[in-house]
Amino acid sequence: MKKYTLAVLVENKSGVLAKVAGLFSKRGYNIDSLAVGVTEDPEISRMTIVVQGDDQVLEQVTKQFNKIVDVIKVSDIEGDDTVERELALIKVTADVTTRAEIIQIANIFRARIVDVARNSITVEVTGDESKIQAIEKLLRQFGIKEMARTGKIALVRGPNKV
Amino acid sequence: MTIGSPEKVTGARALIKGLEEEDVTTMFGYPGAALLHIYDELYDSALRHVLVRHEQAAVHAADGYARVTGKTGVCMATSGPGATNLVTGIATAYMDSIPIVALTGQVPHSIIGNDSFQEADITGITLPITKHRYLVPEAKDLPRIVKEAFHIASTGRQGPVLIDMPKDVINGEFEYHSIETVKLQGYKPTYRGNAQQIKKAAEEITKSTNPVIYAGGGVISSNASAELAELAETLMAPVTTTLMGIGSIPAEHPLNLGMLGMHGSKYANYSVQGSDLIIAVGARFDDRVTGKLQSFAPNAKIIHIDIDPAEISKNVPAHIPIVGDAKIVLRSLIKHVKQCNSEAWLEKINEWKREYPLTYEQGKSIKPQFVIEQISEACSNAIIVTEVGQHQMWAAQFFKYKEPRTFITSGGLGTMGYGFPAAIGAKVGRPDKTVINIAGDGSFQMNSRELATAVQNDIPVVSVILNNGYLGMVRQWQELFYDRRYSHTCIKGSVDFVKLAEAYGALGLRVEKPSEVRPAIKEAIASGRPSVIDIIIECEENVFPMVPAGAAINEFIGLEGNK
Ligand SMILES: Cc1ncc(C[n+]2csc(CCOP(=O)(O)OP(=O)(O)O)c2C)c(N)n1
Ligand SMILES: [Mg+2]
Repeated sequence: MKKYTLAVLVENKSGVLAKVAGLFSKRGYNIDSLAVGVTEDPEISRMTIVVQGDDQVLEQVTKQFNKIVDVIKVSDIEGDDTVERELALIKVTADVTTRAEIIQIANIFRARIVDVARNSITVEVTGDESKIQAIEKLLRQFGIKEMARTGKIALVRGPNKV
Repeated sequence: MTIGSPEKVTGARALIKGLEEEDVTTMFGYPGAALLHIYDELYDSALRHVLVRHEQAAVHAADGYARVTGKTGVCMATSGPGATNLVTGIATAYMDSIPIVALTGQVPHSIIGNDSFQEADITGITLPITKHRYLVPEAKDLPRIVKEAFHIASTGRQGPVLIDMPKDVINGEFEYHSIETVKLQGYKPTYRGNAQQIKKAAEEITKSTNPVIYAGGGVISSNASAELAELAETLMAPVTTTLMGIGSIPAEHPLNLGMLGMHGSKYANYSVQGSDLIIAVGARFDDRVTGKLQSFAPNAKIIHIDIDPAEISKNVPAHIPIVGDAKIVLRSLIKHVKQCNSEAWLEKINEWKREYPLTYEQGKSIKPQFVIEQISEACSNAIIVTEVGQHQMWAAQFFKYKEPRTFITSGGLGTMGYGFPAAIGAKVGRPDKTVINIAGDGSFQMNSRELATAVQNDIPVVSVILNNGYLGMVRQWQELFYDRRYSHTCIKGSVDFVKLAEAYGALGLRVEKPSEVRPAIKEAIASGRPSVIDIIIECEENVFPMVPAGAAINEFIGLEGNK
C-alpha cells in the first residue's frame, strides 16, 4: 500500500464532504487525514486528503472524484515539491517534577505551551508529519491525556497553483 | 446571467415555470402535504401530470418515458415516505444512465434534522445513486437549480438528479428571473474524442483480422445507431450488444451477433473470445458480460470509447481509451478506417451461427420463446418493455428489434416491478406506438396496482404475463446449482390475473394453448384498452445458453436435451 496526498478543490456547498468520504469507504480505502478549509476564493474550499491504497484504486477514486459535480479539480501532489504543515494540540500529564522537562522538549521542537494546569500542560506543535510524530513519541513517556490533530495541508512550492 | 422583468412568485410557481422552460410537457407523481402548493399550481397548468398509485411507479414511468423519447423524465413525490418510495426507481435509472429529474417535498428548513413528521434525509439517502442532488436553500435558488438539474441529468453520462424542496422554499415568495445559462465550474463533460487516440485506434483497426464491435447502452443514449451500423459495414466487423445495447443495431442486420454474456448467443460469446480486437462503444464491461475477467477475450486489444472516463479500464484494461460521446467519436473514427481483412473471420462466425443457433423445442405446452416470436411477428414495430427474470432474457433473445429505444429493460439494477410502470411511461411518451410489457407472474405482482393508473388515465399498455408459476430465474438457479430444492420460488395460484385486470376495469385474457397466443395479442391491441394477457407457459423452461456466474463466457452449461 502506498500513501497519497490529494489536493481537491470543491465548490463550497453542503454534501460534498459526505460524497467524497463515501467514495473512499465504498472502495475500502482508509483516509489517514482529511483537512478542509476555504481558499482565496470564498466559494471554493480545498480538501487535503491523505490516503493509503494501490495505484489502480487511486486512479479509480480520482476519476470518481472528478465525476462529482461540485468537485472542480483533483490533483495528486504526492511526490511534488510541497510545503506541508499539520498542527497538533497535545495535552500531557505534568507535575512539578516533569514540567520543566516537558517545556524543554517543547522548546526544542519550537512548539508552544498554550495551557498549563496543576496536572497538565498543553503543547501546540506545527510541522510535517515526522516532526509531530517525533514530539508525540517523546511526550508519551509523561502520559498523553488527549491529542487533536488537524490533518495535513499542503501547497506546491513555487508560483504555480494546483 | 439573469434577464427578464421581475414578477413575484412562489417557489411552487417558479418550479412549474422552470419545468415549462425546460420543455417538460408531462410528469408522473403523487401528492402529499409538503407538495400542496405545487399541486395547486398544477390544477390549472398545461403540464400533464399522471397520477400513479405508488411513487415507485412515478419514477419508473419517468424512466420509461425518458428511454423512449430521449427527453428527461420528471417525477414527483412528497416528503418522507413519498421520497423514500422513489429510491428503487432512482437507483434503477442511475445504473442504466437514464436522465430523470426527481422532485421531492421536504419539511421546512426550520425543522429539518429534528426527525419531524414525514422527514427523510433524501439527499443523504440518494447520495450514491444520483448523478447530483440539491437541497434547495431558498425559493430564489429554484430557477437556477431547476436549470442546472436538467442540464446535469441530460448531458455527459446521463443520470438521475434529485431536487429536494423544503416547504418554506415551495411556499416562499421572490422576484422571478429566468436563468439563461448554467455555470458549473466542476462539470465539463468531454464530447469530442482525442484526435490522436482516434488515429491510433484507426491504425489498430486496420491491422485487425478478427474484430468485434461491442456496443452498449451508450450508443442508444447518444443516438449513434446510424454511426454504429456504418462503422460495422465499413470494417465488415460483427457487432454484439449488451442487454442495454439491444436495438442499437437491427436484430436482422447480417453483422449483428445479438447479445453477449451470461445469456448471450454462443456465437456472440465465441466471437468475443476469438477476437483480436474489441471496439467497445458505450459499454462498461459489466460482470454479466465479461464472466471471469482473466479469461475475457484473451487475445484481443481493447479500444474503449466511453463518455465517462471512470469507466475506462475499470474492469478490463483498455489499450486505446477514447473519452467522448459515442456519436461524435464514431463519426470521426469512420473517416479514418477502411474494410478489415475479416473475410475468414466472418466465415468462421457464420459457421458458429449455423452450428449454435438460438433455439428451443416446441412441445404441447406453450413455450415462452414461442410467445415472444409471436409478438415479434404480430407487432414488429412495438416498443417492448420487460420486467426482470427469465421472460426478460427471452424477450432479449427472441424479439427482432428494428430500432433503438424499442427495448426497454432494467439492466444494471435488474428491478422486478420496473416493467409495468415503465411501459405506462413509454406509452405516454410514444402514444403512436404499441407498447407491450413482457412480464413474469412474479414481477407483475410487484406493481400490478398501476392498472388503476393505466385505466384512469386511459393508457392502453398490453402486459403479456409469461406465467410459469415460479420466480423462474431463481428457480432455474436452484435447479442447476441447488439440486432442484425449490425453496420459496413457487408462486402458483397467486392470483387470477384475468379477474385482477377486470377488477381494475382493464381487459383480461387467458391463453392456454399455443394457437390462442396470436389472436389474444391481436385482441388486446385492437381493444385500445389497458390489458393483461395471462399466458400459461411451460413451468420449468430454462434460459439457455447459459454461462454460470464467474466462468469464462465460452464455458456454457446445459441440461440434457438443451444445446
Ligand atoms: C425487486 C427484486 N427482487 C428480487 C429480485 C431477484 N429476482 C430476479 S429474477 C426473479 C424471479 C422473477 O420471477 P418472474 O417475474 O415470475 O419472472 P420469471 O423468471 O419467472 O420469468 C427474482 C426473484 C429482483 N431482481 N428484483
Ligand atoms: Mg415467473
